[in-house]
Amino acid sequence: MEWIIALVIGAIFAAGIAALRRGTRLHLVVGLILLSQAVNLSVFTAGGLVEGKPAILDPGSPLPETVADPLPQALVLTAIVIGLGVTAYLLALLVREARAKSKRPS
Amino acid sequence: MPPDFAIVALLLVPLAAGLAAVFLRRRPRSADAVLTSAAALCLAASLSLLAATGKGEVHVLFAGAWPGGPGIVLVADTLAALMLSVCNFVALCTATYGWRALPTRYRLGRAHAFIAFMLFGVNGAFLAGDLFNLYVWFEVLLLSSFALMGLVPGSEGRAATLRYVVLNLIASLLFLAAAGLIYAKTGTLNLADLALRLRVSPDGPQIATSAVLLFGAFAIKAAVFPFSIWLPASYPRPPIAISALFAALLTKVGVYALLRCFGMVFPAADTGLMPWIAVFAGLTMLCGVLGAASRGRIREILSFHIISQIGYMIVGVALLGQAAIAAAIFYVVHHIVVKTNLFLIAGQVEGLGGSDELDRLGGIAKRAPWLAVLFLIPALSLAGIPPLSGFWAKFSLIRASLDAGAVTLAVVALATGILTLFSMAKIWAGAFWKEVPENPPPFRFHISSVAPIVVMAAVTVGLGLWSQPLFDRAVTAAAQLADPAAYIRAVLGEPTAP
Repeated sequence: MEWIIALVIGAIFAAGIAALRRGTRLHLVVGLILLSQAVNLSVFTAGGLVEGKPAILDPGSPLPETVADPLPQALVLTAIVIGLGVTAYLLALLVREARAKSKRPS
Repeated sequence: MPPDFAIVALLLVPLAAGLAAVFLRRRPRSADAVLTSAAALCLAASLSLLAATGKGEVHVLFAGAWPGGPGIVLVADTLAALMLSVCNFVALCTATYGWRALPTRYRLGRAHAFIAFMLFGVNGAFLAGDLFNLYVWFEVLLLSSFALMGLVPGSEGRAATLRYVVLNLIASLLFLAAAGLIYAKTGTLNLADLALRLRVSPDGPQIATSAVLLFGAFAIKAAVFPFSIWLPASYPRPPIAISALFAALLTKVGVYALLRCFGMVFPAADTGLMPWIAVFAGLTMLCGVLGAASRGRIREILSFHIISQIGYMIVGVALLGQAAIAAAIFYVVHHIVVKTNLFLIAGQVEGLGGSDELDRLGGIAKRAPWLAVLFLIPALSLAGIPPLSGFWAKFSLIRASLDAGAVTLAVVALATGILTLFSMAKIWAGAFWKEVPENPPPFRFHISSVAPIVVMAAVTVGLGLWSQPLFDRAVTAAAQLADPAAYIRAVLGEPTAP
């Protein structure tokens, strides 16, 4: 399972860098979004992949042999939220730039 | 003030001030009052922490009473208390300066709120006890600085903002990737736990790859050459009170993160990075100062000098001896005060002369002799002239490099000092000394702008004449980084297993 995810992460990284290299503003945003998703995925896999096991247990319930590590899940949630905020800011910057360009007399 | 209370106050006060300032857009006096009093309260809280960590005590706040391993811990040791004190001090000074100096565009853009949120992030970053928490605080202060940069008008301003945002985003991604990998390799992100585990089993090559990513991330944020291209493009553009705050706080948080990670966590593991960091340190010193020498605007010269001074601080990280780290810590504290002051003085010079281009300025020494004296104090300190604070900072750092056998670094540091003196002399000759240009604009000094400059100049002189107390603190902080046993014990509790 891990190696598939590893390949996917690598592919998204490559796509993100390829987009960044195109040089237009829109490619810049898309590239950064892709890169940030690749990083999020790699943080998510940091705890090791565990299939179909709970991450949160009821208090007092017996400890199963394997549990999914809840910490990377918590981390990646935070990272996704931060990434969303930053992307929104970046898009706002570009919109402002486009508006200023369209207002300017040519 | 009990330490726990001070730690909470350092976070909640700026957060509350920021939230209040959001609603004070059209009431500039109230917004000023809120921001300034928040900075004053934070300064009081950090000074009480400084007093409470004098002998190397470590105070820990367990957020939500979670234990130190997976939970969020806020840790105040001597280094954190020192950084908090000096940063909140200059924040108070720039907030006071901003009463008169902040343009309406920025007031209406809620600059006060973002400055307060930035202070919230900076304080949090100094107190963070684990890597991921540090990442989150970095994002808090970065987003606030993005918002402040976003208020810069003009198409060139927008281009500079975009560059600033994109490079810092890439740094954040590197940081996050490094944090993920370190968790995968060691099973912890807690700095104390990491330092302990790497001391028990230093598996060099494995952790080294993550250390490289982490160095890249912090190097971009601290503006280490060649990752520094965003800084001279963006820092000169906002109004001077905001530039001064950026110059004081943002890159220094990066330096602090480097000191914390490479001084405390990674030395146990043989990462093999140190010679490379030494190369970066030398290049940063030289390229920064050469960039400054080629510029003709005061703001640009000062911005390039930030880069060159960062190089000096990185020397301490590269050499890693206790003496070198202590010298670097002393350097950071001295530099924050001096650089902020130079920016604020540049603001007054701009007001007097109507520009910050050296070609169009002149005669300030005749029009305001006392401002000339106030300029000379931080300028000569930056260049390292005794008996000002910069002399002791440079002296101890160069001695530490000679003791460590890094002769090249010492020579580069000396050469950079001389070139620094050259560009300070350039500002002096261009703005203060040469003939008065025709009909300079009318300008009146205001006590709220002059008082912070005088206070910071006094601190610079004081740190030069009585450098021993600060140096003792720096040595205590460096000893804590070199041997984090007390830090580890405070965060993780007494070791139960042998």
